[in-house]
Amino acid sequence: MPLDPADWQALWLTAKLATVTTLVLLVLGTPLAWWLARTRSAWKGPISALVAMPLILPPTVLGFYLLLFMGPEGWLGRFTHALGWGYLPFTFGGLVVASVIYSLPFVVQPIQNAFEVVGSVPLEAAATLRASPLDAFLTVAIPQARSGFITAAVLGFAHTVGEFGVVLMIGGNIPNATQVVSVQIYAHVEALEYTQAHGLAGGLVCFSFAILLIMNRVRRPGQRG
Amino acid sequence: MNDTIRVVCRLARRDFTLEVDLTWPDQGVTALFGPSGSGKSTLLRILAGLERPPAGRVAVRGNIWQDDAQGIFWPTHRRPIGLVFQDPALFSHLNVQDNLIYGLKRVPEASRRVPLDRAIELLGIGGLLERRVTNLSGGERQRVAIARALAVSPELLLLDEPLAALDVARKQEILPFLERLHRELTMPVVYVSHAPDEVARLADHLVVLEAGRVVAEGPLGATLARLDPPVRLGEESGVVLETVIGARDEAWQLCRADFPGGTLWIRDHGLALGQRARVRVLARDVSLALEHHPHTSIQNILPGVVNALAEDQHPANTLARVLVGETPLVARITRRSAAHLELTPGKPVWVQVKSVALIE
Repeated sequence: MPLDPADWQALWLTAKLATVTTLVLLVLGTPLAWWLARTRSAWKGPISALVAMPLILPPTVLGFYLLLFMGPEGWLGRFTHALGWGYLPFTFGGLVVASVIYSLPFVVQPIQNAFEVVGSVPLEAAATLRASPLDAFLTVAIPQARSGFITAAVLGFAHTVGEFGVVLMIGGNIPNATQVVSVQIYAHVEALEYTQAHGLAGGLVCFSFAILLIMNRVRRPGQRG
Repeated sequence: MNDTIRVVCRLARRDFTLEVDLTWPDQGVTALFGPSGSGKSTLLRILAGLERPPAGRVAVRGNIWQDDAQGIFWPTHRRPIGLVFQDPALFSHLNVQDNLIYGLKRVPEASRRVPLDRAIELLGIGGLLERRVTNLSGGERQRVAIARALAVSPELLLLDEPLAALDVARKQEILPFLERLHRELTMPVVYVSHAPDEVARLADHLVVLEAGRVVAEGPLGATLARLDPPVRLGEESGVVLETVIGARDEAWQLCRADFPGGTLWIRDHGLALGQRARVRVLARDVSLALEHHPHTSIQNILPGVVNALAEDQHPANTLARVLVGETPLVARITRRSAAHLELTPGKPVWVQVKSVALIE
């Protein structure tokens, strides 16, 4: 077996980070996607662009600014310090915050698209059937956008597993806190431990393939017809 | 007033401005009729609370649903309405049964006046309950949508061109169900349509809209017979008469439809004597003569008096309203014949009716 305990720890940490990040993103991303799908506000353009920024920004740039933002000189850093939580960089919490921002478009955009496809007609129908706006959102909009949520969760999870630059900038390489799989692979390669690097890297290749395969499966019956 | 529906509003749209001040009885079927872009669907959406015109006022049976002067606006889900859209808008993630009970279970038990079984039976969808809505035909979907709207026991049923997206065969499938609703349920209906035949079959009260304004409004028969200005129905101009079957000629398979002031022989559709029947007489099927010509194939020749003349859409034609007893019929004749016959209001004529359609 090529994986040593540190590798297993990195795998476990990665899974934990991706799970927590995906859950946070679904909770925060759903109202944001809903607003983006329905609003006619002039803010839609700027906010959409902001949400999409992580798609094109080099992860190191994102990581750099997050480092400053969450550090002793940044306002989030001062805020967390004032609350007695300390500073977020080089902690698991810091990684979650960074991953949420880094993977935001991968979760918001599929949900937003799905809400746009649902459109206003089913919600108007729900309103004429005595459903309040929140009721209609929960019982019509979300179920009808189901395939968008599945895509969002899978993409958000997978994209978080694959992050590297952001982690390196704000997390470093601390076992059981910030040492995730992608960083661990880099460390193995630096140390010329190719067998162990293969173990993890090959695992990620299989994981990515499986994810895409599952997504294709799930999305097909979810298509609207 | 407690037995009326009243809408006052002004709402600017891209291609028209809806500006109405309307009151109509909250009984029977009121048709909002007009070409697309006339504002009829917008008016329905205002009633439903799906559009909110500034400074509007909507009152139904004495309940104020919207009055911006007093800051009142009931959101759609608090209005006791049922609405059927042109697109059935069934919930694709639910089967037929769950679509039907979606609204029902949100209505307090004390307000449930239309049992679900009754709605299912009225629309003939008992065999579809377990089906996915994606596996229904267009006509079946619309029937489910109507039953779903009925199941919330609305005090006002709003139908927004429910047949417009269907082909002729599907229309014929649904119309009898709508007629049954009309006959068997007492709830008032507002029916938006641009199809004269649907209006003639279903409406009791007619509101004609053009470019956002009301051009004619009143009971169906009287409004269709108006010439000032005429309701522009083109080839479908004509009147609708409420008749009672008064006699039957079994040898020739005809029956006699009696209306105040006259009778018409129509094809026998098996209606019982004494039964009410709604018949439609199109203006193009009515001609006028100064003398009675018995040697003609036309079965229905009635004495009448010219009541009014008006320009038709084509300048060669004239519309003539003739009173037969107290009932107005409208004839489309050429301006030349009107001149040759020297037709003027008060002149007695013979009204020849070439064809009559039984529509209910």
